[in-house]
Amino acid sequence: MTVSPANFDRQRFTALLHLMWRIRAFEEEAIAGQKQGLVLGAIHPSIGQEAVAAGVCANLRREDLLLSTHRGHGHTLAKGADALAMMRELFGRDGGTCGGKGGSMHIADFSVGMLGANGVVGANIPIAAGAAHGQKLRGDGEITVCIFGDGAVNRGPFMEGLNWAKVFDLPVLFVCEDNAWSATTRTAAMTAGDGPAARAQSLGIPADAVDGNDLVATDAAARGAIDAVRNGGGPRFLHCRTYRITGHTSVDAAAYRDGGEVERAKETCPIARLEAALSMAGVDAATLASARDRAKEEMRAIREEAQDTDWPDTAGAYTDVQDIGDPRGRAF
Amino acid sequence: MAATTYIDAGRRALAEEMERDPTVWALGEDLGRGGVFGQYRGLQDRFGADRVADTPISEACIMGAAVGAAMTGTRPVVEMRFSDFALCAVDELVNQAAKARFMFGGQMRVPLVVREPIGMWRSSAAQHSQSLEAWYVHVPGLVVVAPATPADNLGLLKSAIRCDDPVVYMEHKNLWPLEDDAPEGEHLVPLGKADVARRGDALTIVTWSAMRHTCLKAAETLAAEGVEAEVIDLRTLWPWDREAVFSSVRRTGRLLVAHEAVSVAGFGAEIAASVAEALHHDLKAPLRRLGAPRIPVAYAPTLEDKVRVTEAMVAEAALAMMARERA
Repeated sequence: MTVSPANFDRQRFTALLHLMWRIRAFEEEAIAGQKQGLVLGAIHPSIGQEAVAAGVCANLRREDLLLSTHRGHGHTLAKGADALAMMRELFGRDGGTCGGKGGSMHIADFSVGMLGANGVVGANIPIAAGAAHGQKLRGDGEITVCIFGDGAVNRGPFMEGLNWAKVFDLPVLFVCEDNAWSATTRTAAMTAGDGPAARAQSLGIPADAVDGNDLVATDAAARGAIDAVRNGGGPRFLHCRTYRITGHTSVDAAAYRDGGEVERAKETCPIARLEAALSMAGVDAATLASARDRAKEEMRAIREEAQDTDWPDTAGAYTDVQDIGDPRGRAF
Repeated sequence: MAATTYIDAGRRALAEEMERDPTVWALGEDLGRGGVFGQYRGLQDRFGADRVADTPISEACIMGAAVGAAMTGTRPVVEMRFSDFALCAVDELVNQAAKARFMFGGQMRVPLVVREPIGMWRSSAAQHSQSLEAWYVHVPGLVVVAPATPADNLGLLKSAIRCDDPVVYMEHKNLWPLEDDAPEGEHLVPLGKADVARRGDALTIVTWSAMRHTCLKAAETLAAEGVEAEVIDLRTLWPWDREAVFSSVRRTGRLLVAHEAVSVAGFGAEIAASVAEALHHDLKAPLRRLGAPRIPVAYAPTLEDKVRVTEAMVAEAALAMMARERA
């Protein structure tokens, strides 16, 4: 990490450190909650990837739109969703982001422009293209950001969506959050060519690659790309290299990796690196500790509150299916 | 009333709704040249290339983009050319469009219409002839419509565009040139309401799409034999008009369901099962289904005809049912 005291915005990066700690603490509480039987379905932690969520979303406005993946807690928090509602959603409780109907893989909060995690790899890319298409038709000056994983670049909708965005010159930033693993398979072993950015460039979309565990660099790269998109430059692509510290899901021990790989990756933990950079820039240890402790305390309290929440009213199983042919009251 | 064709009625419906609501737009391959069948002819000149958008041959992205645009405040009308091609976009329709409102807890809706022309048409063989309506009826969240007449194509497409649910709108390719009267003023046909195409007391024939016309011809043959068949065109397959079907079957005591799609697990099976469950004691004869055998549609006309439910088959089945009084 290159830190130049002259242009190092200590206030901004301290706030982003706090956000990254919030993401980390949220997921650690969720994993603990799963061990207690509070999280009933699968969760896909983004531990070790927090700088991508924080660095990208720090450059978005509330009105901008964001689409995420099955590994989307960090993106959702960074876009401004309410952490308690999210934890309730993971627990399947009343007051969850989606009323307990979606769970971890379908968290969405339209009130902050977060159009949803998605259970299908790459499926958010065409949807993001459509959201940006709508923005262009309306001419409202807002943009869409679509975050997907490295596995998604091998799906057809990746090519279709990027081509679409370029052909229609849409205000969308594609962010490939590359954690090196497609579920339990090493992505590099299954991916031909020169990588995600090269694929985007082959379609004429300007693309950059960045160390996605370097918050300062990710923030700067995202800002540049987002500014270009917002200024009418058409779609952009950002390849963020990071690493998935946990298994594919929280209960995947990831025995298919050699332990050394994970240990080496932990040395590049984006939170530790940002703390070091802030320390070098003169931020005192108490401030750094406070960012961590406030986040941990917030998420601990949230877990306790979420687990004390009731289950949703069972009538909800029949609501918001459809208006025409509404299943409520039907025997079939 | 004025004579209009089925294809022109669809074009008029879209134009009227685009005129009425600036958030309505259409997207699909070749729309600027009128679309593969000419359903969109002249609309790009009238509304511009932003609102009648030519797209790449990217079915998944056409449908997925429509989902994203529908979730954020527009009303896309998606053209898939052939229902067969829409299979390239099943994730976007089934996992995304149909589920988003529910799984996101009602935060938004997905008001899109996907036009998926169905049916056998001019020796088009196995990948351009299918009638897959039952697949979509099976999926919670979707409305499924299959109009059979110009007036219904006008009124149902307009209602589908105004509907806040994702609607699978299945026009029949063989009906494009069909001409009949349609109202000249504003004409809306409610979704979920069947049309009693012919009144009769002897038996109830339930059908939809192009098979409506086959069944009506068969009903004339039956009338010459002294059998007055009631022909019900469902028009909307989900939700289907149970009241119209049940009240008719209660009166006639006989049900024949006829459709072009494969009979096995076709939508006729759902209607037959529902009637059998609810009206068992009203039935004077075992109910019957007519549909295609479970084979792909072939190219050669002599082979293609093997999957066709004909007027003679409908009449014959009806007469056989009339001959059978249940003990």
